Amino acid sequence: MTTLSAANRDTVVALIISSLRDLYEQNGIDADSNLSEDTYLIGRRAALDSLGLVTLIVDLEQKIEETFDSALTLANERAMSQKHSPFLTVGSLATYICTLLDEQRNA
Amino acid sequence: MTTEQQVVLITGARKGIGRFLAERFVRNGALVEGCSREPPDWSLEGYTHHLADVADEAQVKAMITAIGRRHGRLDIVINNAGVAAMNHSLLTPLASVDRIFNTNVRGVFLVCREAARLMQRRRFGRIVNLSTVAVPLRLEGEALYAASKSAVEMLTRILAREFGPLGITVNAVGPTPIETDLIRGVPAEKIQKIIDSLAIRRLGRFEDVANVIDFFVRPESDYVTGQVIYLGGVS
Repeated sequence: MTTLSAANRDTVVALIISSLRDLYEQNGIDADSNLSEDTYLIGRRAALDSLGLVTLIVDLEQKIEETFDSALTLANERAMSQKHSPFLTVGSLATYICTLLDEQRNA
Repeated sequence: MTTEQQVVLITGARKGIGRFLAERFVRNGALVEGCSREPPDWSLEGYTHHLADVADEAQVKAMITAIGRRHGRLDIVINNAGVAAMNHSLLTPLASVDRIFNTNVRGVFLVCREAARLMQRRRFGRIVNLSTVAVPLRLEGEALYAASKSAVEMLTRILAREFGPLGITVNAVGPTPIETDLIRGVPAEKIQKIIDSLAIRRLGRFEDVANVIDFFVRPESDYVTGQVIYLGGVS
């Protein structure tokens, strides 16, 4: 079984942050410019509303397919049923995406 | 929108009203993509055909991805693909339920979902779904067909709300019977009975449907969404 390298995880984090920046810009959100793995995507500390999160997920699925040639469905029943939402922060989403990519590669 | 060619997808474009709409959009300068399960016996410059079943998620995704790669965008979708079965409910096999709902409901949902994913990139899109007057007329013998189109109408109304913030409108047109394959097996007296119940008593024409679609898809109609317009004066 192979796992994604740290470099690939960095790529996933960069994709999420890039999508997030685009969304903030499109929606005129004046958010913290220091986006990092700790940036919240949902909850009171998040700058995104529910539609923003939907748009982020759609955008990320497209970018992941272009970058890794893998078609992932991020908002599936498994994601929704997890005790701790994988969409909580940039970091947790990156971890979740890397897990899905690993599973797809090893399937 | 006025200076660049519109990119249009029409499902069920092989024949009937789908083909009529494809030819019409091409004549009006659009880049038209269409699909059907069987290949068409015609071709047209400005028109690209996909062999795709709208009820098949992988095929719908592949088609929308191909459109995105070719044009970088999708402006208009006409969800025209549909199947009907006229039969008394007591004589309707279960297979008909799956066949009708797969194409008419699952297919419309899949195409709307995948199209909207592409459309939202440019914050613009026009989706028009095909319903039928069989819904408000509650026609006997068309329980499954009308139920499936009822679902299409509810999808239209709710997707309109979900897609509205993305700049995408979703509307539906409900034609009266038109001389197509869909009604070829329906007895003439049944068709006449439907016509007699209309405010304007004649069979519908492809042009009648195109007229409503023209209204829904024009850029000025960006404040019109979640609407169902029936033809022939049915309400």
